[in-house]
Amino acid sequence: MKAFATLLDRLVLTPSRNGKLTLLADYFRDTPDPDRGYGLAALAGALDLKSVKPAMLRDLVLERMDPILFQYSYDYVGDLAETISLVWDGGRKDVIDDEHQPRLGEVVTRMNSLGRTEVRSAVRELLDRLDTSSRFAFLKLATGALRIGVSARLAKQALSDMSGSGEGKKDVTEIETLWHGLTPPYEPLFAWLEGRAEKPVLATPAIFHSVMLANPVEEGDLEKLDPADYAAEWKWDGIRVQMSSYGGTKKLYSRSGDDITGAFPDVVGAINFEGVIDGELLVGSTARSNSPTRTFSDLQQRLNRKTVTGKMLDDYPAFVRAYDLLFQGDEDIRAETFFERRRHLGDVIDKAPHDRFDLSELVPFSTWDELDRLRIAPPDPVIEGVMIKKKDSPYQAGRLKGPWFKWKRDPYNIDAVMLYAQRGHGKRSSYYSDFTFGVWAQTPDGEELVPVGKAYFGFTDAELEVLDKFVRDNTVDRFGPVRAVRAEPDFGFVLEVAFEGINRSTRHKSGVAMRFPRIARLRQDKLPRDADRLSTLTAMVEAREG
Amino acid sequence: MKPEALLHPTPAGLFCPIGRFHVDPVRPVERALITHGHSDHARAGHGAVLATRQTLDIMRLRYGDGFAGSQQAVAFGEEIDLDGVRISFHPAGHVLGSAQIVIEKDGLRIVVSGDYKRGTDPTCAPFVPVACDIFITEATFGLPVFHHPDPKAEIEKLFTSLEQFPERSHLVGAYALGKAQRVIRLIRDCGYSEPIFIHGALAKLCDYYVGQGIDLGDIRPATTEKSDPSAFKGAVVVGPPSAFQDRWARRFNEPLIAFASGWMLVRQRAKQGGVELPLVISDHCDWPELLSTIEEIGPSEVWVTHGREEALVRWCELKNIPARPLHLVGYEEEGD
Repeated sequence: MKAFATLLDRLVLTPSRNGKLTLLADYFRDTPDPDRGYGLAALAGALDLKSVKPAMLRDLVLERMDPILFQYSYDYVGDLAETISLVWDGGRKDVIDDEHQPRLGEVVTRMNSLGRTEVRSAVRELLDRLDTSSRFAFLKLATGALRIGVSARLAKQALSDMSGSGEGKKDVTEIETLWHGLTPPYEPLFAWLEGRAEKPVLATPAIFHSVMLANPVEEGDLEKLDPADYAAEWKWDGIRVQMSSYGGTKKLYSRSGDDITGAFPDVVGAINFEGVIDGELLVGSTARSNSPTRTFSDLQQRLNRKTVTGKMLDDYPAFVRAYDLLFQGDEDIRAETFFERRRHLGDVIDKAPHDRFDLSELVPFSTWDELDRLRIAPPDPVIEGVMIKKKDSPYQAGRLKGPWFKWKRDPYNIDAVMLYAQRGHGKRSSYYSDFTFGVWAQTPDGEELVPVGKAYFGFTDAELEVLDKFVRDNTVDRFGPVRAVRAEPDFGFVLEVAFEGINRSTRHKSGVAMRFPRIARLRQDKLPRDADRLSTLTAMVEAREG
Repeated sequence: MKPEALLHPTPAGLFCPIGRFHVDPVRPVERALITHGHSDHARAGHGAVLATRQTLDIMRLRYGDGFAGSQQAVAFGEEIDLDGVRISFHPAGHVLGSAQIVIEKDGLRIVVSGDYKRGTDPTCAPFVPVACDIFITEATFGLPVFHHPDPKAEIEKLFTSLEQFPERSHLVGAYALGKAQRVIRLIRDCGYSEPIFIHGALAKLCDYYVGQGIDLGDIRPATTEKSDPSAFKGAVVVGPPSAFQDRWARRFNEPLIAFASGWMLVRQRAKQGGVELPLVISDHCDWPELLSTIEEIGPSEVWVTHGREEALVRWCELKNIPARPLHLVGYEEEGD
C-alpha cells in the first residue's frame, strides 16, 4: 500500500504529462505483483473494490475522537478521506514502519472477501495498520473517489514506457488491444512487458483493437502525392468509436479503448452483425433516414454518463457513421486495402438497421485544389474537414505518417482582450502563462469586457516573455495565484485567439464555450476597443447550428 | 497574586506591568523581551531589548546595528531582576537562539514558550521543560490533523525525486531563518555531499549559522555568470518560497518546486502553492507534541496564543485543564 500511496501523493501534485509518466513507469517497474496490477486497475478505473460509505467512516472516527475536535479538523482540511487519514492517530505519534504495513494486494483481497457485517471492523483494523499516507490512499479507493488526473490511456502509455526502450519496447497500441481481455492484477501482462513471457492470448475476441489515426495535413505534404491514389471522406464532428461484436458479446469503445457500452444501449442494441467496425458516434439520424446530423454539443449530452434515461434516448438518439471494417465475423481483414475493406463494410451496413448505422460517403475529387475548396465550404455544419486515405492502405494501429491525413476546416479566429493571468506549472511556474480573455458585450452596467475563455498555449517562448512582462507591469488586482490586468478601451493587450469550434454553454457566464482555444497571435498593433464583440461569437454558434 | 496582574495581553503584545516590559511586542515599546529572531516576534525600533546573544545577533543581521536603543544579552539559565520580577531564558528548540521566557514573582511562575518544537534539530539547543503555574503555548499546528513525520524520511523523498528527475533543478523553499539551515543540515546528515545552491536572501544567515559551529557543507550562491540553465541540472537549490514565483527562478532547468513546511501536510495547501514536492518539515510542535508537552509540564493553567487556539483549548477542557485563548494579533502563520 505504501508504494501506491506514495505514487498517489506525487501524481496529485505533478502537473506535467511527462512527469506523471516517469512516476507511473517507476512504480510499475519497482512494485511487485500482484500489488502493481491492483494499482494499475485502480488508476485505470478497473478496480472492483467493496465500497465503503462516508457515513460509516465518520462513525468510525468518532468512536475514538471528540466530535468538536473532528469538526475543527474537517473544516480546516475540507476533504473527508484526508481528514480521517490525518486525525486517525489522535494524540499518538505515527509509529507504523513500512515493512509491517499491509500490501495493496492484501487490502484488495481482504476487502472483497468480507461479508456485509464484517466491513466495519475490517476497515477499522486496516486504518490502524496503515500509515497516514496509505490510509488516505485506502480511503480514496474504498470510497471510489480517486481523482488524480491520470487517464487509463496515460497509465497504458506508462506500461509501454516501463517495458524498455528500443527493440524490446511494447507499443501502447498493443497494450490497448489486450486491455479489455485481461483482468486485475494483470500478471500475464506484466510478465510479457518485462520480456519474461509470450504475449497473453485472449479468450474473447470482442475486445478493443487500437485504432488507426491520421496526421494533419501540413505545408507541402500534398503536393508530393498523387490525388488518384487517395480517397476522401467528410470528417464528422462526433467522437471516434469502435463497435465490437462476437458470439453475442457487443461492445462500444471510445478511441482510447474506454468501454462506453452502457451509455449507448440504442446503438449497441441495434448491432446485428459480427465483427469490428470503426466509425463516428453522432447524435441525430442517419443519412439513409434523411434526417440531419446534430451538433457536437448535442452529442455531449450523451457523453460521460454511466447510464442513460429513456428521455435522453428519445431527445438525443445516437447512431454510428461507419468508416472502416477491421474484422468480418472473426476474420481479421486489417491487412486488406482500404477499398477492399470498404466494400465488405458496405455489405455489412446495408443489412444493418437503417436508423442506427450508415456508411460514411466518399467525396469525389480530382485535384488537391478541388478538395481544398470542398474542405473550406462543406455541405453540412457538423463537418469539420476532410479525411484523406490512401486507397491501398492496410489498417495499421497508431499514427503513421503517409497513409491517412486529416485536413480540417480552418480554425475560427477572434480578437479578444486579456483580462486575467495565472502562473503556470513546472517550467512555467515563474511565468504568467494561463490567460483568461474576453470580448465586448452590452451588460446592465454598460459596455463591458466579458470573459469568454481561457488559453495557455499557442505562443512561442519569446511571446511568453512579452505576455508575462505585460502582466507583471499592468496588474490591477490579485486573487491568490491569479492576477487581473488592465483592460480598458484604449489600454490593454489584444490576443488573436484561434479555436476549433464553438458551442452554447450554460456553464459559462457568456453563454458560449470554445473548443481548443489557443493564442494564435499577439496583436500589439490593436487596441482593446478594436476587439470582437460577443455577438460575433453567438453568430458563429448560430451558423454552426444551421 | 492573580496571574493577569503579572502578565496580560495588550494590543502591543504580552505585557508585564510590574516589570514594565513586553514579550515579543508587535509595535515599538520601551522594553522588550524577545523569544527568537523571526520577524513577527523580533521587530526593530524598541527602546531596550533583552534576548539571547544569538537572537540579538540575528536581529542585527536583519535590521542593522541600530535596531534598538539598547540591548542586553541573556544567557540560558541566567537570572535577572526587572523591577522585582525575576526573569530567565531557557532553550525552546525552535531556531538558533530561540528561548522560552520564565517570568516569576511571589511564587507565581509563568512560562512564555514562544515558538517551540520537541523534535530533534541539530541547528539549535533542544527544548527544556520548565515546571510552572501558567504555561503559555503557541498553537500554530494546534489541530488533531497535524502529525509531522520524521524529517529524514521527508529528505529521502527529495533524494528519490532527484533520482527520478535527474534533469530538473530541485528548488526547495524554506524560510530564511532557521528552516533553510535546518533543511541544509538535514540533507547533509542524510549523506548528500554535492554543493547546495542558495538564494542571496539566505547568505547572511547561513554564514552566521556556520560561524556558530553548524556545518552546512559546500554551499554556493545560486548565481549564473554565463546564464547557462544546464549549470543547475539536477542540483538542489534552497531559497525563500516567494523567490520561486519570481523571474529569479528562470535560470533553472525545468525547476521542480519543493517546499519544506509543516503546512505541506495538507494536500490542498501544496496544490494551491504550485508545490510539486511537499516536504513536511516543521519548526513547531505538531498536535501530539503540544499535548505531551502540556502533560509533561503539568501547569495549573494553559494560555494559548497564536495559531489554532480553539482546538487546543477544547482538548484542555476535555482533560480538565483550565485553559483560555489570548487572541494575540500580529503573529503570522507563515513562519514555518
